[in-house]
Order: sequence, then C-alpha cells, then structure tokens
Amino acid sequence: MALLQISEPGQSTTPHQRRFAAGIDLGTTNSLVATVRNGKAETLADESKKELLPSVVRYLSNGEIQTGEKALSHSIEDPKNTIISSKRIIGRSTKELIQTDKNHTNEFSHTETGTAKILTVAGEISPIEVASEILKNLKNRAEKTLGDELSGVVITVPAYFDDAQRQATKDAATLANLKVFRLLNEPTAAAIAYGLDAESEGAIVVYDFGGGTFDVSILQLNKGVFEVLATAGDTQLGGDDLDLLIANWITKKLDIQFELDKSTLRYIYNKAKYAKEKLTQENKVAIDLDIDQAFKGTIILTRNKFNEIVEPLVKKTISPCRQAIRDANINKTEIKNVVMVGGSTRIPLVRQLVTDFFEQQIHVDIDPDKVVALGAAIQADILAGNKPDSDMLLLDVNPLSLGIETMGGLVEKIISRNTTLPVARAQEFTTFKEGQTALAIHVVQGERELVDDCRSLARFELHGIPPMVAGAAKIRVTFQIDADGLLNVSARETISGVESQITVKPSYGLESDEIENMLRSSIKHAAEDLGMRKLREQQVAAKRELEAIEAALLEDADTHLNAEERTKIDAAVDQLRACMEDSDSAIIKKAIKNVEQVASFYVERRMNKNIQQALTGHNVNDINI
Amino acid sequence: MAITLTPTAANRVAEFLKNRGKGEGLRLGVKPSGCSGMAYVIEFADTIEDTDVTFVDHGVTVIVDNKSLIYLDGTELDFTKEGLNEGFKFNNPNVDAECGCGESFTV
Repeated sequence: MALLQISEPGQSTTPHQRRFAAGIDLGTTNSLVATVRNGKAETLADESKKELLPSVVRYLSNGEIQTGEKALSHSIEDPKNTIISSKRIIGRSTKELIQTDKNHTNEFSHTETGTAKILTVAGEISPIEVASEILKNLKNRAEKTLGDELSGVVITVPAYFDDAQRQATKDAATLANLKVFRLLNEPTAAAIAYGLDAESEGAIVVYDFGGGTFDVSILQLNKGVFEVLATAGDTQLGGDDLDLLIANWITKKLDIQFELDKSTLRYIYNKAKYAKEKLTQENKVAIDLDIDQAFKGTIILTRNKFNEIVEPLVKKTISPCRQAIRDANINKTEIKNVVMVGGSTRIPLVRQLVTDFFEQQIHVDIDPDKVVALGAAIQADILAGNKPDSDMLLLDVNPLSLGIETMGGLVEKIISRNTTLPVARAQEFTTFKEGQTALAIHVVQGERELVDDCRSLARFELHGIPPMVAGAAKIRVTFQIDADGLLNVSARETISGVESQITVKPSYGLESDEIENMLRSSIKHAAEDLGMRKLREQQVAAKRELEAIEAALLEDADTHLNAEERTKIDAAVDQLRACMEDSDSAIIKKAIKNVEQVASFYVERRMNKNIQQALTGHNVNDINI
Repeated sequence: MAITLTPTAANRVAEFLKNRGKGEGLRLGVKPSGCSGMAYVIEFADTIEDTDVTFVDHGVTVIVDNKSLIYLDGTELDFTKEGLNEGFKFNNPNVDAECGCGESFTV
C-alpha cells in the first residue's frame, strides 16, 4: 500500500499522478539529496541512516563502480582509480588542471574536445561520468524513500560555474537518467532555504566555508529574482586545512623526531578532525592517541588554543568578504542578511569573526551541511507543480555578458551581465563588403570592449547570403539562454531566410578567479577600453571609406575626374591611409572627414550619372516612386 | 461517526502543521478517480466550510466534508515506515477492494 503525504490545500494529486521532485547538492566533498514532504523540506538518508554521500567514485577492473563511503575507504590504497573532488575537474581541460591544481592523485588524458578525462583501470572516465555515478546513487536513494520515480530534480552549482561546467553538470544528470528542472546557484539555494525570497529587498551575503573550498556571494533580491552581485573566495581553503593545522600541532606537541608513515599521518589527521568537531560544542577536548614507538596517552586541546591555531586561516576568509562587498559596489549597511553554509561554519570562532565583520546577527539555524540541498528541494517542489501558483518562481541571472565580435575586433554585447534567465535577445547585423556571401559569427563572453580581452565561446558561419552591396543584408542574430544558463545562438539572413545556429557547449571552463578577474579588469580598464573602442571604430570606418573610394576610382575615375581633381582626391586618400594605424581616433576621424569632403563632388557626379542611367529609356509612368 | 488518528500519526501531523506555521488542521477526504474508483485526499486545511465535520483526536483537528465522511467513517489514520519510505496510511473499514498501489479503493 502506498504511503501518503500531506498536500497543500487543493493540491492533492490523483493516484499515480504524484510528482516527486528532489533537490541535489552535488558538492566537492559530499553530496546530498532532499525533498519536500508534508510541507517540509528534509534531507534523505540512506539505509545506514547517513545523509552525506562522499562525492567519491572508484572504478574497478572488473567493471564494478563503487560510490560514497565504500569508494572513499579505498582512496588511500587505490588512489589512481578512486576519484575524489571530481567537481573541481568537471567541464575543464587537462591543461587548466595541471596549471591550477597540482594536488590531484589521478592521471589525466587529453581529449579532442579539450576536456580532461581520468585514466583508470576501467578505461578513460570523464568527470561527467563520475558525477553521474554520484547522481545515480542519490536518485536511487530518493526513489526508494519516496516510493516512486522522480519527475525531476534541481541540482545546485557554484555561482561562478561557467557554461561549460553547467552543461557538464546537466550532461551528468542526463546520463543518470534524471530530468533537470533547473540548475540553481548554491548561494541562491541557501537563501531560499532560509525563506529570504519572501523578504523585502536588500543584499544577502552567503558565506560558504566547506570542507575544501571557501566562497562568499552577495545576492540582491530584486522583484523576486536573486541576482548574484559578486562572488569571491578561495578554491584551496577549507575545513580540511584546519584539520591539517591541528594535526601539525599534535605532532609538534608529541615531539616526534622520525618521519611518520602515511597511515599514521591519516590517523593523526582523523584525530584532529574529531577534536575540531568536538570543540564546536565543548570548551576542551581530550585526544586519545596510540602511536607505535612514539606516544600512548591523552593530550588536551582547549578551545582557546584551537582558536589560536586556526585564527590565521579563518581570518583569510574575511578579505574575500571585503572584496565581494567592494565588487558588488554596495555599502556594508545595505546587507540585510548573512547566511552561513558549509560544515566549517559550525566553528564558534568562524561565526564570531563573521558576525564581527558584518556587524549583524548571522543565520545559523539550518544545518549548514544541508541548507543548500534543502533550498534546492523547495525550488524543485515548486517547479514540479506541487505548490499553488502564488508561489513565485525564482530566477537566476547571466553571470557575464555575452556578445559577438564585430569588425575591428570589437565586442557587441547582446545579453548583458545580470540579465534574468531565461532570456532571448536579438540584434541585426549587416555585411561589411560588397558581394559578401558568408558571415563568421564569433560568440564571446566577458565585460571588456575588445574581443582579445574576452573569452571565446564558439565560432560558426552563416553561408548563402545573397550577394548585395555592403550594408544591405540584414542578419538577425538571436541569443537565447535557457533556465539553466545554457546558450543557443542563431543567425538568420532575413531576405533569403538562410539560417545557421550553434548551441554553446564550450570545451573548457573558467576559473572562479578568472571570472572575478574579468569583472575586475573591466572596471579597471573601462576608460582605456572606451578609448580603444573609439579607435577601432574609426579604423573600421576608415577602412570602409578607403575600400569604397578605391573601388569607385578604379571603375570610373577617368570619366568624372580631371588630373587636378584626381590628385586632390589621391592626396586625401593617402593621408587617410597614412594615419590608419595612428593611436588617436580623432586624427583618423578628421582624415575620413577630409576624404569625404574632398571627394564629395565626385560622389555627386557618380550619383547623377547612375540616376541618369537608371532613368534613360524609361517612361515617367514606369517609375514607381 | 468518527475518524481517529494513531498517536504516531497525530504527532507527525502536529509537527507538520507547526512547521508549516498556519492551518486549521488536517483535511481528509475522498474524490472519485484513480484506478480503483475512489482516491484519498490528505491536505493541510486553511479554512473550515459549513459542510465540514471536524473531529479532534490526540489534539489534532481532523476536517472532513460530510460527503466524504460516508466513505471514511471509522477510519484510523496511521503513520508508518516501510524501508526508507514513510507516510500516512488509511485503515478504512469501509473498503471493499483496493488497487495494488493502495492509493484508490472501492467501497
């Protein structure tokens, strides 16, 4: 017999029509699944009552795939085939991994698309497959708990994830046979879990100090939509680093002179972790140790001593907070809520320093390990249609501007940063040269004015444009971003109807600090960029002018111009050509004007001739005006 | 005529109502549909209508419209666990046959 759950008034479903939905926090260290039942969001436990699933997958030579605790327990003996922290790899290239992350125990291979694959005994495994194994495990758990199939899920991703990483996460879900209602930014999910979407408008800080990473995001609630104003953080700072500090303190305290082997180090490390967790509740902890030939007994660690040891690291989280506030261009007093996420925020010192810094009460009531998954579950419940329509749908925003390259290496932004998703925007472009039949479209992401300073996302070509004079073709370029932040670009020549399109699934991703750098440099270089844009625009105009006049001269200079007139025009043209590479846009502009002025009589003569030609032999009545 | 709750069910309903922050009680009912004639309705209730009958058991208000009551009279609502799954179960003496899933029934 099916077990029933309480619905909202009037939302009772007919049998077999129930729509179960879940929220999944796909974390670097641990993952969780949550759902809304009887009007309450709750995380779901597995058979052994554990809610956190270690985000670890191990591949065996016999084809078996282990996930969670089982895989984690083999991470020391079989590091090559055990994949931990796959979230750091997803949607990124091998090159990037080698540059930024030297701590990986796995080996990687290059692929055609540039994304990293992991070499294991079971063959080359992509991080997408790894993530899908974790998702499959959670899906299985949710369906066992709910007693039916999931109609869809909401999966959370860091706010700084780019299109490649988001698409990779979505692909992992598809591979796990899960329908993704939406990808949701982690800080947004945390804010939803605290019900801050129902609050009046104001800035929200989400301070996320997890096992391996630290992120701070500033959100602004604007008409029911969360905008990510700024993100900052440290991808290599987490609770694990605190454990290491305590472990070092223990070895120092024991005054061990010889080199410790790996398993002893792991033993001390686990003791350190235990002490850290104990000290969130108590003022001192007794650490029992039994190390061969070195020490057997108990050492005491007080909270004061603990604070003293970890304070320098905890303080390192404050400067990203300061930076995020600066980037968001807000005042500290505009911050209305501070939400704490991640296991490390249980540490009293962390809470105290954050409270002191933001000068206000912080939200700690919801389990910081679960808060993101709970928020995702609430969102999933709404998207599955289990809530009355009055509950607004929350939207996310586009983190970086998207545009295309135009002549002169300039960026024409089509969808600007912080536009709410989903969105579709179109803009018309035209051909640059006479008789041009194809157009290359280069899609870029970033805030800067020049293509070189932005990130290239994709290139495609539109062929079959009917030959026309420059500027006559009308090419409509449409950018469309779906609710998950994935981009589709299409180009259509409106006269002939030829069309071409691309779905952007970029081969590599951006580092979070790269996004930050891109944002910051756009502000820093704003004036410079503007000057550069002006210059490039004038250069393009000059080139166009030169091409037009040269084509005309070649065609009929002899018919319209005497030698003196010709010399005059040539002089102006030469002058313009000479200053083309000049770095002063004003000089180029002047030279273009000069050419236009000097050649104006010539243009006039040509025009009259053309009109004459067009009219000759026609009856007045034949001409449609 | 009465509808009762097991202590476990009453505790859970009270907890869910408290967590929800509003509501007059728990609405139980039946509606035609499903694979076997009738389907159960179990919802939070924000309003009580003139046509409703209310019961209080273990401190929980149960609201049933008088049409549904004919089908539910004597029912005991239970809350049970089956493996990882948990939820409410209607122990309804009026039921003649249930569909395999137990979400619908005939009287």
